[in-house]
Amino acid sequence: MTARVGVVTFPGSLDDGDAARAVRVAGAEPVRLWHGDPALHGVDAVVLPGGFSYGDYLRCGAIARFAPVMETVVDAARGGLPVLGICNGFQILCEAHLLPGALTRNQHLHFRNRDQVLRIETVGTAWTNTFQPGQEVLIPVKNGEGCYVADAATLDQLEAEGRVVARYLGGNPNGSQRDIAAITNEAGNVVGIMPHPEHAVEELTGPSLDGLGFFTSVLKHLVGAPA
Amino acid sequence: MPRVVVDVMLKPEILDPQGQAVANALPRLGVSDVASVRIGRRIEIEFTGEPDLDRAREIADKLLANPVIEDFTVRLVEADETAGARS
Repeated sequence: MTARVGVVTFPGSLDDGDAARAVRVAGAEPVRLWHGDPALHGVDAVVLPGGFSYGDYLRCGAIARFAPVMETVVDAARGGLPVLGICNGFQILCEAHLLPGALTRNQHLHFRNRDQVLRIETVGTAWTNTFQPGQEVLIPVKNGEGCYVADAATLDQLEAEGRVVARYLGGNPNGSQRDIAAITNEAGNVVGIMPHPEHAVEELTGPSLDGLGFFTSVLKHLVGAPA
Repeated sequence: MPRVVVDVMLKPEILDPQGQAVANALPRLGVSDVASVRIGRRIEIEFTGEPDLDRAREIADKLLANPVIEDFTVRLVEADETAGARS
């Protein structure tokens, strides 16, 4: 049976189309979910895509967190549903307290848009299990508010529990503490990542095919997961 | 009708690059005696009935501020002190 991966569209989402495409390229069936509809329509995993939900008003992700679909996503994520938040999706996951810390204005105040090398630090998550530990991947980064911050105790805990999923290599694009590009929750089913794996799944449009690994990982995870 | 004003500021330990950018621009105005600038957000809330500080605090904690990076204060002000009255 083909896995069904939901992709949520909020008002102002930008990369929902690319995320759905990446799901299809990975071999799963993308299911478009709508912010105003609390139903998850039986999907096996959810992607919160990049963009500027609700115009980034107040704080990035602050209003999207209260969208009807998010109540269901938060409950399902606590129950083990794999959820990947990319860029704005990462911001929403932090605002929803599914992930610790917060994403703030890039330290240099500039929007950063470039192909970025990352080191995969943790392969024990639902979204990174097809990578090798320490593998270097090339994935586009594009954000204005991607500076990951948390208090020192939280950062130490993330490091000690192996919950830093990826770090920036070859220059930190936004000032994120400890070069953090992606983190996971305690259970490893929820991952937030600032760069955009969905933009690196096809030779025609991406700098590499490295992003595909995030989407094939969740398929592998679902095959192994108890029904 | 009095309004509730919520002031949201980044916690002191959180870097404020916007404030730094403003502070760095001040010498170009000939201002040389400013040590630092920090930028926050002021939100005015008007209730349909009596202003409710506890309710405002709840709104601030849940939505207006992100307690991970921001602190907030809540206070009552008379309507003629609010931005809306001056415009």
